[in-house]
Amino acid sequence: MPEVTKLIHKYLRHDKKFPHVWCPGCGIGILLGALIRAIDRVGYDKNEIVLVSGIGCSSRLPVYVDFHTLHTTHGRALTFATGVKLANPKLKVIVVMGDGDAMAIGGNHFIHAARRNIGMTTIILNNNIYGMTGGQYSPTTPHGMKASTAIYGHIEQAFKISEMAVAAGAAFVARGTVFHAKQLDGLIEQALVKSGFSVVEAMAHCHTQYGRQNRLGSAVEMLEAQRDNAIPVEKASKMAPEALVGKIVTGVLVNKELLVYEEEYEKVRERAGLMMEK
Amino acid sequence: MKKQRKVLLIQGNEAVVEGALRAGCRFFAGYPITPATEISEGMSVKLPALGGTYIQMEDEIASMGAIIGASLAGVKSMTATSGPGFSLMQENLGYAVMAEVPCVVVNVMRGGPSTGLPTFPSQGDVMQARWGTHGDHPIIVLSASTVRECYDHTIAAFNLSERFRIPVILLIDEVVGHMREKVILDDEDHVEIINRTRPSVPPEWYIPYEDTPMGVPPMADFGTGYRYNITGLTHDVRGFPTARIDEIGPFNERMIRKISKYRAEISLTEHFLTEDAEITIIAYGCVARSAKRAVLQAREQGIPAGLLKLTTLWPFVRGEMEKLLPSTRVFIVPEMNMGQISREVKRVNRGIARVVTLNKVDGTIIMPQEILQKIKEVA
Repeated sequence: MPEVTKLIHKYLRHDKKFPHVWCPGCGIGILLGALIRAIDRVGYDKNEIVLVSGIGCSSRLPVYVDFHTLHTTHGRALTFATGVKLANPKLKVIVVMGDGDAMAIGGNHFIHAARRNIGMTTIILNNNIYGMTGGQYSPTTPHGMKASTAIYGHIEQAFKISEMAVAAGAAFVARGTVFHAKQLDGLIEQALVKSGFSVVEAMAHCHTQYGRQNRLGSAVEMLEAQRDNAIPVEKASKMAPEALVGKIVTGVLVNKELLVYEEEYEKVRERAGLMMEK
Repeated sequence: MKKQRKVLLIQGNEAVVEGALRAGCRFFAGYPITPATEISEGMSVKLPALGGTYIQMEDEIASMGAIIGASLAGVKSMTATSGPGFSLMQENLGYAVMAEVPCVVVNVMRGGPSTGLPTFPSQGDVMQARWGTHGDHPIIVLSASTVRECYDHTIAAFNLSERFRIPVILLIDEVVGHMREKVILDDEDHVEIINRTRPSVPPEWYIPYEDTPMGVPPMADFGTGYRYNITGLTHDVRGFPTARIDEIGPFNERMIRKISKYRAEISLTEHFLTEDAEITIIAYGCVARSAKRAVLQAREQGIPAGLLKLTTLWPFVRGEMEKLLPSTRVFIVPEMNMGQISREVKRVNRGIARVVTLNKVDGTIIMPQEILQKIKEVA
């Protein structure tokens, strides 16, 4: 049996909820594949993984995968995940969100989860638009682009998700694209084994909404644009900021050792126990 | 075994902490807010020593999400707040109803609307507790009028929550939350603790949202081998989103039925001199204390008054009130709001007796003499 078929049989709920909801040519399927390959390489047991998501196209991902899957409310995935992880730190908690989910309605939860450094992996699929509701501008829609709620051109500045994660204090931050699928596998794998709060931003195309409204071509053409615009972080660090406008800086942006919340809380329990004895 | 007897002089908020710990709560997520903060503080001190977890989240939306997550991982969990925070919790409260996740929310009511009166008591959130989250949904709401009841009814809230897989709201008010009373906690006392039913079948046979005779399916903890999908979308018996009308209808019907079928058992009340009462006060929270005094004073003056004290606010205690319909000439419903439970009283009354309201929204409690005055007016 080919490797890909083995993975499909092992991890997908193939007997249940297919066909999936995504448009033909969507990048979320590539992210799903990358996530499964990374999990398989790391060797986690299916019973120890809790896959949490919010609301939106990318947050429909968990329903297709045979883990403990938790599809929560819009923007709140990290809050549920926080409860799961602290109640049972042995569980491997992975959170999948979209750019609107993680940066707009869930922006506050995101920065605080990063600040606390709770041991979980957050994967944010950034397609620069609210896809499921029909292409409204999101916090990552670039200035000047069009959306169904910005047909005259978008006037806001976009969030840079990975840079935001770095600023909020995440222990591991990486950015990839769904075109660079093999690199994405590796970045997610690194994030999974990292202790503390790890973030992977996966740039993806939404040709149905963002691409159509901005005349960016087919899914294939948008994938090629990812290829053409990606710049490895090592190279980008030597470039002038102006030269990086419109580019996608890929690779590991931050990887540092920080105190991990659930380990620190274990110390709180010990101190509390000693005080109660007195 | 040595008998453990604790004699305490504590606040209602502290009694909530004691009750929650006795019920087996081992996870608390909250956000500071007057007049509920003592519950958070108490939990932050006591939970870690018991191996539990306290976390202060970034807001009440997050607090509600975190306790749902912890409950799904198998740990009894709770949050506590007041009006403004309770408003923020409504979204995920609905999720807990939909995904059938047991958890307890304590709302120490203060004056509203909006930021209102942070340090003054009120009973303004009775309707919000019932209908605050969107969509048709079942909910259980309890109240407490003494420090002892804060302890007992927190345990009752956890028990109902675990038994029916539903979030349970405990409404107390600023007066009860901050008032100190002597409470004797006797560990030898028979305290019934109910834990959620967990699946007894192997994982491959487990159907997470299957209908059962009780209407409440067994609940598996994350990490125990029972892998299934949980969503706030309307779902089929396996937890997968559905748009099939033959699945949507039965799902919603079961959600309502699992509570309505056990309405009588969920209806917790105290009848005080109601057997021969022609004038019946229906009250809850700190107002029930004033009502009790007023009833005694009325009796001294030869007026046949009685009190139906509500512990359960929702579902409304229809059966208990109907028992009083043949003998009662006038119902008096004193509330520290503009009339929230009185609407239910009028609905169940169906025009049979006279229903008189006594409403106060000036940030002060309703005094016994005010209720007595009303009794005399209608006697």
